[in-house]
Amino acid sequence: MSIMQEKEMWTSKLRKSWQKTLPVEKLLPDTQPAYVASWIYLFGVATLASLGVIIASGIVLAFEGASWYHYSNVGHFINSMHFWSVQFFFVFMVVHLWGKFWMAAWRGRRLLTWITGAVAFVASIATAFTGYLIQTNFDSQWISYEAKDGFNSVGIGSRFNVTNFGQMILLHVAFLPIVLGVITMIHVLMVRAKGVVPPIDAFNAELGERK
Amino acid sequence: MNDRRSELEAAPWSGRTRRYDLIKEGVAALVVVTIATVALSTLFGSPDDKQITFKEWAVAAPADFYATTVQELAGSSGTGGYGAPYNTASDGVNLGPLHLAKLMGVTHPVDTVNDFVITPLTTVVNSGPVADALKQWQSSDSKTQAAWATNYDNALTKANQDATKVPSGNYGPVPQLSGGLLSMAQAGSLDGALLSQGNYFQSDNTKQTLFMGDGSYFNDQSTASNLQGSTWGMMNETGRYPGQAWLWLYSFWYQIPPFNNGDSHPFGANADAWIMVIMGALSLGLIIMPLIPGVRSLPYKIKIHRLVWKNYYQEENL
Ligand code: HEM
Repeated sequence: MSIMQEKEMWTSKLRKSWQKTLPVEKLLPDTQPAYVASWIYLFGVATLASLGVIIASGIVLAFEGASWYHYSNVGHFINSMHFWSVQFFFVFMVVHLWGKFWMAAWRGRRLLTWITGAVAFVASIATAFTGYLIQTNFDSQWISYEAKDGFNSVGIGSRFNVTNFGQMILLHVAFLPIVLGVITMIHVLMVRAKGVVPPIDAFNAELGERK
Repeated sequence: MNDRRSELEAAPWSGRTRRYDLIKEGVAALVVVTIATVALSTLFGSPDDKQITFKEWAVAAPADFYATTVQELAGSSGTGGYGAPYNTASDGVNLGPLHLAKLMGVTHPVDTVNDFVITPLTTVVNSGPVADALKQWQSSDSKTQAAWATNYDNALTKANQDATKVPSGNYGPVPQLSGGLLSMAQAGSLDGALLSQGNYFQSDNTKQTLFMGDGSYFNDQSTASNLQGSTWGMMNETGRYPGQAWLWLYSFWYQIPPFNNGDSHPFGANADAWIMVIMGALSLGLIIMPLIPGVRSLPYKIKIHRLVWKNYYQEENL
């Protein structure tokens, strides 16, 4: 019994590793390194903000149903907000992606930050795509008719059937947003845990290199 | 030495810092994006071209609807000859020796004769001739049915889809059945019957979409809206709106040889499958880019980072 007590508990193990990797001072710091001073740093948070508007407008649409916006002016406006925030989201995300690429922001054990970001990019495309399929208008009729060939051609169509409205609406409002939300959360928490990557030549002096 | 640099880059920053309010930044971003979204939504709205119903199709292009129905009965439509996952009529596209669709099997069975024509017809009270035709069809064997339908399909094609110019022949009840379905569609009762297939709950539009796609009307509407895949349609939107621009690279492959020629083997004819593979590989490449030699060195060679951290480099004399 006493041996059991001396052995570290799972709970305390988790608490300690959490406190080590992401203490609240790291999660919500007052300062950033001096080099965090460029408009390119705004695109991550702008992507996040767009995602917020997408989710908020999407929740309203979900409560009213997929056909609401065809006949309600309010519905059409909320649909427009959903539409345009998605456009913003992708523009910001793509600039963010290119920015992080040219900054080689995966340096210093930040590979997983890049990977979660890139997976978020792919997941966003899948989520947006299913959204286009549930517009319940001509566009979604046509996209489902065309896209089925792509998915069928490699056998994916046997499980992921784009002409099945019921499946697409569930994936779009439940499964895919949850996946995207979780990946995005991990992505942002990783940035906080690791700190913003230093400039490429920051340690030339320490390493005894000329620039 | 590279490991040493990596360690320094991974360690908590011990250099100069500046005050930075993350939460204020986040809230400001949310406010700005919300205002911008509201502004664009007010100014431009969003696209919403009305869905096409079978009623619309049958009223606007009765000859096309009629001919498509005949093809569904004869099994000569796009869906009729598709293969997996709908039927076993063909092997479908392949990746060399790999027939992935066929391998996964018929997971969404579609019987163009019964699902598209016969079953819907049985759900309504038909006029005398149509009711008789249905009886005649249902009491014949499938070989006879296929012969009737194929005869009539060929004759109608020869007559340029003009049913009045088709010479008489051994067509069985096929003309009456097709005419019956046309009336049913024009009255607006085919839309629901195709979806429900005799059920109460139903949320799978596969059968409607396949049937509609077999005709020309639907395709013509899409051509008019610039939505065809051969003209970058994948990333276009109806009306004057931005579409899924992020699909530009996916769409790109369909515009170039050999993929833009559906008759060229082995790649053009199987473009869907090959492009799916290419895009899968490229997506994986993006995900693991920091591990790909050459690509990962580009940011060191093309020094855009000198602009990003310009001030810092100046201040630190780097
Ligand atoms: C859902 C989409 C995404 C959201 C919401 C998002 C959000 C963020 C935020 C808020 C930051 C910190 C602020 C900044 O440096 O901009 C960040 C950093 C980062 N993002 Fe993303 N991101 C997304 C997609 C991506 C994509 C597609 C990539 C690249 C493939 C990526 C790669 C990175 C990297 C490497 C960092 C770390 C930068 C550093 O340490 O300085 N992100 N992301």
